[in-house]
Amino acid sequence: MPKAIEAVNDFVVKFANVNGSGSASANELFARSILRMGVPVSPRNIFPSNIQGLPTWYEVRVTEKGYLGRRGGVDLMVAMNPQTWAEDVKEIEPGGYLFYDSTKPMPQSAFRPDINLVGVPLTAITNATYTDARQRQLFKNIIYVGALSVLLDIDPKEITRLFGEQFKGKEKLLDSNVKAMNLGRDWVLRHLDPTEVKLKVRRADNVGDRIFVEGNSATALGCVYGGATVCAWYPITPSSSLAEAFQAHCKRYRHDKETGKAKYAIVQAEDELASIGMVIGAAWNGARAFTATSGPGISLMTEFIGLAYFAEIPAVIINVQRGGPSTGMPTRTQQADILGCALASNGDTKHVLLFPEDPAEGFEFGAASLDLADRLQTPVFLMTDLDIGMNHRLCKPFHWDESRAYDRGKVMTAEDLEAGKKFGRYLDVDDDGIPFRTYPGTHPTKGSFFTRGTTKDEFARYSEEGPVYVRNMERLEKKFDTAKKIVPKAIERKAKAATKMGVIYFGSTSPAMSEALDQLEEKNVALDALRVRAFPFGQEVVDFVNSHDTVYFVEQNRDGQLRMLLIDQLGVDPNKIVAILHYDGTPITARFITRAIGDHLAPPRRMAAE
Amino acid sequence: MTYIAKPKLHHPTLLKNKAGYTRRDYDGAISTLCAGCGHDSISATIVQACFELDILPHRVAKLSGIGCSSKAPTYFLGGSHGFNTVHGRMPSVMTGANLANRDLIYLGVSGDGDSASIGFGQFAHVMRRGVNMTYIVMNNGVYGLTKGQFSATADRGSVSKKGVANSDSSIDMVSVAILMGATFVGRSFSGDKQQLVPLIKAAIQHRGAAFLDVISPCVAFNNHPGSTKSYDYVREHNEAVNRVDFIESRAEITTQYAPGNLQEVAQHDGSILRLRKLDEAYDPSNKGDALNRVQQAEAAGEVLTGLLYVEPMPNDLHANLNTIDAPLNTLEAKDLCPGQSALDKLNASLR
Repeated sequence: MPKAIEAVNDFVVKFANVNGSGSASANELFARSILRMGVPVSPRNIFPSNIQGLPTWYEVRVTEKGYLGRRGGVDLMVAMNPQTWAEDVKEIEPGGYLFYDSTKPMPQSAFRPDINLVGVPLTAITNATYTDARQRQLFKNIIYVGALSVLLDIDPKEITRLFGEQFKGKEKLLDSNVKAMNLGRDWVLRHLDPTEVKLKVRRADNVGDRIFVEGNSATALGCVYGGATVCAWYPITPSSSLAEAFQAHCKRYRHDKETGKAKYAIVQAEDELASIGMVIGAAWNGARAFTATSGPGISLMTEFIGLAYFAEIPAVIINVQRGGPSTGMPTRTQQADILGCALASNGDTKHVLLFPEDPAEGFEFGAASLDLADRLQTPVFLMTDLDIGMNHRLCKPFHWDESRAYDRGKVMTAEDLEAGKKFGRYLDVDDDGIPFRTYPGTHPTKGSFFTRGTTKDEFARYSEEGPVYVRNMERLEKKFDTAKKIVPKAIERKAKAATKMGVIYFGSTSPAMSEALDQLEEKNVALDALRVRAFPFGQEVVDFVNSHDTVYFVEQNRDGQLRMLLIDQLGVDPNKIVAILHYDGTPITARFITRAIGDHLAPPRRMAAE
Repeated sequence: MTYIAKPKLHHPTLLKNKAGYTRRDYDGAISTLCAGCGHDSISATIVQACFELDILPHRVAKLSGIGCSSKAPTYFLGGSHGFNTVHGRMPSVMTGANLANRDLIYLGVSGDGDSASIGFGQFAHVMRRGVNMTYIVMNNGVYGLTKGQFSATADRGSVSKKGVANSDSSIDMVSVAILMGATFVGRSFSGDKQQLVPLIKAAIQHRGAAFLDVISPCVAFNNHPGSTKSYDYVREHNEAVNRVDFIESRAEITTQYAPGNLQEVAQHDGSILRLRKLDEAYDPSNKGDALNRVQQAEAAGEVLTGLLYVEPMPNDLHANLNTIDAPLNTLEAKDLCPGQSALDKLNASLR
């Protein structure tokens, strides 16, 4: 017998399925049932750019300690896709388990001697019970969830309760699903010894009041709460579900109770050029507007982004990043658009970026970005990614401070103009680089101006004079300085012991980094950690870099893009910065970070030359 | 170019409209376009149309792209907010602006390079969506600011100033607009103010996507023999199908025309377009016939002008989206933010 991995509430199950076979909801059911037992889980969809028929995976990390990053490695493979059988089997850790459909006998060569086999004749059970082809396909998924619940000690009552919530008012569906689950359970109870699988779920109390939600949905909700009324978008993975979630939230929350009319407008544009154009037009006219896109969409938008920067029009651009360059890896994750967004467009341009770590912060920053864009009258990029956007993540519940008012920024009203307030569209009256604007249609004789992408003076008059141009560019720079003070501050986690080593990270790296810090601490490596939440960097980032001798930069791109921005903005010594870069399209893991930092501290000895 | 600044003081006897504005109140800055440019004539007709409609200048948003035509909005309606966007992308900006505030009047000004080449896609889609706007293309068949290259509306076989013949097929903006779903489509000539002023007035009153293709000769680069967009050519080949009289509401008809020569079209706001038919067979409410006649005229080398197509009661974008009557830009947190109680419920459903 091969050795058997033993673990309670700390293992990884991976489901290998075929795209479009209905496995997604069954796999999610599996993850939720564990959550309901008070044990945190962190699931991830791994899928190709395809609709039906290609391989797709769902990886569930069961983690009592609440480490929500991807762990790496697989303890139990649920191999439901013959097409990927060989690579799925290969991925199992030694001593791990292979759960498979044993209806047809398999040659010994299809397996590995160092793993444990759990065969359940899923097809045979299904075919004996169901005649309809679609039913066979769908219920086979539920049957394996039932079988797994016995093997892993998942409480079937939790699964039944989840069915009850899902099929409220559709009792027939509820019954048929419970029946399918029990088919799987009964077969295992009759034919296998569940104690041979030594991965177990045990009730705990580590979930608390946290919610389980996808980043795209949460971020879209932030836009609803933040008062966005116009959304223009063009479908692109992995951001489409954000605009669709905004639509769903608006249907629920944004219709006038009396008339039924919509307090929002959503346009699926003809391309990303049009979607950003609509956002700029709406924001110019005083509505809060946003678009959601991904890297290739940003590439198309860059001309307009320059206009919004130079003409000083608010715009919120949510970039759910995927693997680049070009079409790149459309269904994989990266943080590789940092430079592209920070410096988007021709000429000297610089933009505000926000980096949420999870759906909860996606919600917060969704609303905050609308305030920031209005306050700064400039494009604000919300830099999320596929890992946050398209996966369910356990995070703190949504909270809204009822006393919070929208910050609409410096807008001169008809009363202001009537009272004789001096209006110059690009006049820096408060010494913060931010001028006042007026919405079109405000006053019959005062406050109108011409908005343009060409150089202009303080009163919005066209000018190509050098000094006028320079004055304007310097004011924009001052405005960017103002941004440093009002964007979300970086958050520091100090090591228990005093140290001169630090690590900077951001966005979806967060859960893996937290775990890596614990692992490093166990190895007596003390690291102060700073989670950067925005660009431009605030003073706290400068202080952090200056107070450490070595600063690791953990990023999910090839070129160390945030590091480049930091070296450029702070003028720090590049030699004290060590880049830890992960960019193969999979989410970064604690294992990777810990190993990379460990290797840097104690380089593995070279093999002696022969 | 006009070098002499107009005096800012108005003559006290200058006629005021019902809104209390003189015609001069609708002027803009002094034009920097070439002397004799057709675009300046169009600007003057826009001024005249807005004056006659008693429009409050600040309730107009004028948007344009990039090019000679797109510079024009600076030269009319100085009291309006204007927006020179980026090349070919004015339609999307205007769509967004319109979504934000449905109560303003949207005037889009573009050129043939801006709308038929770089912005052809956005041109098509803004018509499809039925954005409530008046979209004017000042069409001269040539790139002026970059000194005389053909545009996509230059007719095949027409000759550039340098003597080169255009070998590409031309894009007929009128046909495209009709096909894409514009609900008010006309063509006119910058040199025909009598025809153009009522067309612009009717277009502004139209609640939907109104498009006007206005042939506007470029005196610098496209006004020579061999051009089909020159003053001489257009005057000789102009074939008007009708003349529009624009009546703001159902007033009594005082002028008498021979029966059969008049066609009345009522619009959303109660205004009436009275078409004096010059071509008895032409019915602008029939899309198929309109397209057919436009194509026949083009084949015959005529420049067909007038109100070529109208669907008098279309749904505009806001109607299609079922947005509330109040402009979206006036909504506040109390209208938009569902508050903590909604979040409590939502949180409970996500556990």
